[in-house]
Amino acid sequence: MSPVVNAIRTQADAAPCAVSLEGVRIAFPNAKPGGAPFIAVDQASLDIADGEFVAIVGPTGCGKSTLLNATAGLLTPAFGRVSIFGEPLSGLNRKAGYLFQAEALFPWKTAVENVAIGLDIVGTPKDEARAEARKWLARVGLSAFADRYPHMLSGGQRKRVGLAQVLIRHPKILLMDEPFGPLDAQTRQIMGNLLLDLWSADRKAVLFVTHDLEEAIALADRVVIMGAGPAARIIGEWRVPIPRPRDIDVRLDPVFHQLHREIWAALKEEVVKGYKQSESAEQGA
Amino acid sequence: MTRNRWSLLALQLLVAVVLIGLWHVGATVKWNLPSLSAKPFYVLDPFFFSTPGAVFARTWADFYSGAIWYHLGITLLETLLAFFIGAAGGVLIGFWFARKAVLAAVFDPYVKMANALPRVVLAPIFALWLGLGIWSKVALGVTLVFFIVFFNVYQGVKEVSPTLLANARMLGMSERQLMRHVFWPSALTWMFSSLHTAVGFALVGAVVGEYLGSAAGLGYRIHQAEGVFDVTGVFSGMLVLSIFVILIDTLVSAIEKRLLVWRPAPATAQ
Ligand SMILES: Nc1ncnc2c1ncn2[C@@H]1O[C@H](COP(=O)(O)OP(=O)(O)O)[C@@H](O)[C@H]1O
Ligand SMILES: [Mg+2]
Repeated sequence: MSPVVNAIRTQADAAPCAVSLEGVRIAFPNAKPGGAPFIAVDQASLDIADGEFVAIVGPTGCGKSTLLNATAGLLTPAFGRVSIFGEPLSGLNRKAGYLFQAEALFPWKTAVENVAIGLDIVGTPKDEARAEARKWLARVGLSAFADRYPHMLSGGQRKRVGLAQVLIRHPKILLMDEPFGPLDAQTRQIMGNLLLDLWSADRKAVLFVTHDLEEAIALADRVVIMGAGPAARIIGEWRVPIPRPRDIDVRLDPVFHQLHREIWAALKEEVVKGYKQSESAEQGA
Repeated sequence: MTRNRWSLLALQLLVAVVLIGLWHVGATVKWNLPSLSAKPFYVLDPFFFSTPGAVFARTWADFYSGAIWYHLGITLLETLLAFFIGAAGGVLIGFWFARKAVLAAVFDPYVKMANALPRVVLAPIFALWLGLGIWSKVALGVTLVFFIVFFNVYQGVKEVSPTLLANARMLGMSERQLMRHVFWPSALTWMFSSLHTAVGFALVGAVVGEYLGSAAGLGYRIHQAEGVFDVTGVFSGMLVLSIFVILIDTLVSAIEKRLLVWRPAPATAQ
């Protein structure tokens, strides 16, 4: 065992991991009655220490969102165990904030109402919740847009409102599903830096799903690679030894390049496999 | 924008002027064409078609003397009662069915049957049960409004985005809070999108009910006039009814605009 892994193990023994997946299998019932269930993810094991930023990368359709949903408690594994700070998870994960891949803002609430809702529902006085929400909107650079409805915001602005909506509750664990996926390259970088700023102010455990390997390396402490599905597994993980604070220029770092080459070599095969599988599935259908 | 609105209004008025002009000419100018008919004739015989002048004069007189206000008031009252009772029932039952799948499944065929029934056949029964006063008309309107609102609310609750629901749950909402912040606004949106139709049907219920048997209301006035072949009276009643509908519809549009501010403006063809 390498010294790095040993170091993680000792740390993990001292304090329970924020998230611990052990041999998790997630199956979906077959659409045809009586058919065998579809196993999306199998034998997934992953530990995330408190305050650690982990990125998951994998070919599309491999089960990244599924794994995140299991960590959030929205899906129950058919097999294996999900523990949150040492406690087995049952029902929803109350310690986690989840930034969804799809649009998830309340369309009938303004930006500030969307952000304040997490406080409203725990009984925070309205004025206080609004004031706090405005503070968070300022942090994500949207002070001027507080009273707009989601449809009056751009895709990137909506994601920022979503981020503020999740962070205002100070979750101990942050789950993010391709949060910057639909954005253009420049906006992604700006959002990435924003995320790093917010995160470094108050380090939470982060599980960040992306299909963009560069983004994963630029942001994360550790990059986890998932293989192509069905029954996708975690096929490798790499530490990112680039010191923090990092910013956009990290992509010019030679260490970054070396790591990118290494991980891409492993990932490429899976991406091709995943692509072939979805192609043959389409022809079969 | 404003210029566009004015020119649109001008065009709309033009249509009215042309149609009324044609009517006027058809009903007042006598043609003498021996090849078509031996006697001189009107294109639109004023006995069957009245004349615009007579219709406007009658309408003006009705408003001026105050004879019409009472009937307008009755029809308005019936329409509002039918709308609010029908909408309240539709919202409650729609909500309930959407949240209780078993209930919806059990009642599904009956709901479809009841909705497929032409409501006019119920009018005499309601008159029998509730008498010739306003309540038989309200009941007829309710049967129309209820189903529109019911189906829309049911749909609205069912079609809540699963991601939005998951997000609300992850933000820590209880079942009650989900109702208040997710299902209820979604159902209301759908309800308001059917507001015009629902109010329209409430009015149809009231007027048809009055027409089939009553002692007051716009439908009653039209029926009375028809009974004595008073075509001017019938057209005058229709004119009042149309003005009434336009006023109500404008009011509904204003309410809708106020309540659905968060919605993106529908794409226009221009
Ligand atoms: N509700 C579901 N029922 C059946 N199959 C599903 C369901 N959700 C996801 N899947 C399948 O599970 C696999 C993983 O999906 P997902 O986690 O969304 O992939 P990713 O996020 O990595 O793109 C896919 O093959 C998808 O078709
Ligand atoms: Mg996904």
